[in-house]
Amino acid sequence: MFGKLSLEAFPLHEPILVISAIVGIIGGAALLGALTYFRKWGWLWNEWFTSVDHKKLGIMYFIAALIMLLRGFADALMMRTQQAIAAGGSAGILPPDHYDQIFTAHGVIMIFFVAMPMVIGLMNLVVPLQIGARDVAFPFLNNLSFWLFAVSAVLINISLFVGEFATTGWLAYAPLSGIEYSPGVGVDYWIWALQISGVGTTLTGINFFVTILKMRTKGMTLFRMPIFTWTALCSNVIIIASFPILTATVAMLTLDRYLGMNFFTNDMGGNVMMYVNLIWAWGHPEVYILILPAFGVFSEVIATFARKRLFGYHTMVWATIAITVLSFIVWLHHFFTMGAGANVNAFFGIMTMIIAIPTGVKVFNWIFTIFRGRLELTSPVLWTLGFIITFTIGGMTGVMLALPAANFVLHNSLFVIAHFHNVIIGGVVFGMMAGLTYWFPKAFGFVLDEKWGKRAFWCWLIGFYVAFIPPYILSFYGAVRRMQSYPNAEWQPYMIIAFIGALIIAAGIACTLIQVVVSVRNRKAYEDVTGDPWDGRTLEWSTSSPAPFYNFAHLPVVGDIDSFWTQKQRSNEQAENTPYTDIHMPKNTTAGPIISVFALIFGFAMVWHIWWLAAFGAVGMLVSFLGRVFNDDIDYYVPAAEVERIERAHQQRVEAQA
Amino acid sequence: MATETLHHDAHADEHEHHHDAGATKVFGFWVYLMSDLVIFGSLFATYAVLMRGTAGGPTGADIFELPLILFGTFALLISSFTFGMGVLAMNANRVGQVKMWLVVTFLLGLCFLGMEVYEFHHLIHEGYGPDRSGFLSAFFTLVGTHGLHVTFGMIWILVMLVQLSTKGLNDKTRPRILCLSLFWHFLDIVWICVFSFVYLMGVL
Repeated sequence: MFGKLSLEAFPLHEPILVISAIVGIIGGAALLGALTYFRKWGWLWNEWFTSVDHKKLGIMYFIAALIMLLRGFADALMMRTQQAIAAGGSAGILPPDHYDQIFTAHGVIMIFFVAMPMVIGLMNLVVPLQIGARDVAFPFLNNLSFWLFAVSAVLINISLFVGEFATTGWLAYAPLSGIEYSPGVGVDYWIWALQISGVGTTLTGINFFVTILKMRTKGMTLFRMPIFTWTALCSNVIIIASFPILTATVAMLTLDRYLGMNFFTNDMGGNVMMYVNLIWAWGHPEVYILILPAFGVFSEVIATFARKRLFGYHTMVWATIAITVLSFIVWLHHFFTMGAGANVNAFFGIMTMIIAIPTGVKVFNWIFTIFRGRLELTSPVLWTLGFIITFTIGGMTGVMLALPAANFVLHNSLFVIAHFHNVIIGGVVFGMMAGLTYWFPKAFGFVLDEKWGKRAFWCWLIGFYVAFIPPYILSFYGAVRRMQSYPNAEWQPYMIIAFIGALIIAAGIACTLIQVVVSVRNRKAYEDVTGDPWDGRTLEWSTSSPAPFYNFAHLPVVGDIDSFWTQKQRSNEQAENTPYTDIHMPKNTTAGPIISVFALIFGFAMVWHIWWLAAFGAVGMLVSFLGRVFNDDIDYYVPAAEVERIERAHQQRVEAQA
Repeated sequence: MATETLHHDAHADEHEHHHDAGATKVFGFWVYLMSDLVIFGSLFATYAVLMRGTAGGPTGADIFELPLILFGTFALLISSFTFGMGVLAMNANRVGQVKMWLVVTFLLGLCFLGMEVYEFHHLIHEGYGPDRSGFLSAFFTLVGTHGLHVTFGMIWILVMLVQLSTKGLNDKTRPRILCLSLFWHFLDIVWICVFSFVYLMGVL
């Protein structure tokens, strides 16, 4: 009846898990109770959960990502604590099995459920506004993508209290992830969480690719698009071409585990290195999916706050395109030690180093944009400056790793850990924090508190270096990754310093949370009345903050790069006399959340081999999707009078302030 | 551009608007097909690597029955032709003919699927199931994934038959027929690769 699920699946013998379960249940119950008490369910369902508004979806992505960041960071703190204690044969606080689950969960959560939703959330919020569109190409799919991601996040959190998570590392290398060496349900949670969210990500990639190519406003040629939109476009190209590889690879692992097939087994004709090749053929492009939009954020921030057009717009675009292409031909540098031979390793080593060239072009473009600009040291600019320095260092350690000869020594050492945190924290996290601060007023109508933003920045910057310089050093003494304990007590001081670094980063996260609270409390004083708080250059600043649900009453016409900026220089007159017209908009959808809940049921049932429930989930998905297909009532017109009322109200606010 | 036409006079341009939305839909479906192609590409690559991993079991030459496969191949190729006829009928606004060609396409798809189910059943019965060797895992998964796509295509044909009967040809059903036709031809092209790469090269 319940497959492999029994009472033993609940980890009642693990005090850490029991406590977090109790906290989670109480917290969840309090939240649900509050929603019921304040009668907010209808509002939540009608205004948010079923919304197809790209801006609201972007906000929901960000909220989910911040919640998952807390979970992923709790894992990081536990690992740092463990390694700070478990020296010279000491067992520390975490048994090996639990420790392995934690480093696996940390990697999976930080990449799939923090970095990805932040990047996709930012694309949702910004891209349609930057290209002068009223929505994305496929609004319903956009809602579905979000919910598929959200239920996967739920599934991965269920693994905390029901059963276990994978102990294989974040990419679940075969044959360790095969049924023979991982007979539990941990890998199955990994499989279904990735599979469900991966479908959502692929749909997002297609959606935004089509949106950017087909929905640009009049006059916006490809080479007049803002850089963030360009990076989003390239990022989506990579999603479309690489996520199917992940889907296929994970599906094959699933067949190995569920039907006893022999893709990635040691014997019976399987090939374990095929798994490693396939997973990195997705995995390496994945890091560029994350970093390219971050590059886009920095380009927008630096041009805005230096009050200059971005230096070398065209080279920036071509560098982005070059990275997009190169991202697909470097994957083997993750396993030079496979034994593919000198020629293969040399090819992938050289290709990897070549990526440093377009990236270097970008760095110089940012620096030359600052040169002779009037740089305002706001917190987004601080994140950008911190990024330029930190990411350059991380890039250099990356080039060191790209040398096959050096890589044979550094492979699986802490050097690798320090390197990729160097580029992911210094690149993606800093970029997302800059983007969050920069576009926050466009989402909510008031700016974030600068003082706490700068505090968050300094904590993250200092904390990063304190936490990740020690692993660089330790790697030269032979420290490897994923150690639950280590015999050499001389390493302990470095581990303690790294632990302190993690605490400083924790303070940075706390600063961000305080920043949000403080800003919400002072939202009247921080109000962004004009819709253009930074004297911006691109179209998203030409509409009010928060942007109306239809984005633009009149679709803007573009004649140049940074069109809004040149328009502001020319005149201040408003096109007030143009009459308002009815606006065609998509209706909210209940199908997205419903299909996704069935997907969650399906995933959970597959994890536990509850076949009848899995069939129920699958049929439910199909039927609810068909329900959507047969529903023709999916769009409506906003009457011109309603548009006029909203626009007049905005104008009156602007005039009142002036 | 879907919304731009609304700028002038929303209701008068309604038709043009939906026409544009349909074009966007078909373009998006092309992009989806390209991503689906990457799934098949991954499976082909895996098959190429595992082809010799027979683990003492049968090779392709031992188990492939070309005449049977050829029958299925022709059924599928002809079904692409019949679907093309259906799209021509749609362009001529003949709903009845569209439905007729869709039914023919469905039946040919059923022939293909029947061939595949028979082949799989036969192999498993002989003891050459997908768990026998890496080669057979890759073979069953590659061919089976294509078969699964055909199955979904057939479900989609049924859905379209219902929609054509209830709604007729309109701005919503036309792009769907076009997308389905792209899907069906796409599966044909993938099958030609499967037939050449797996079956023909297998018996060489």
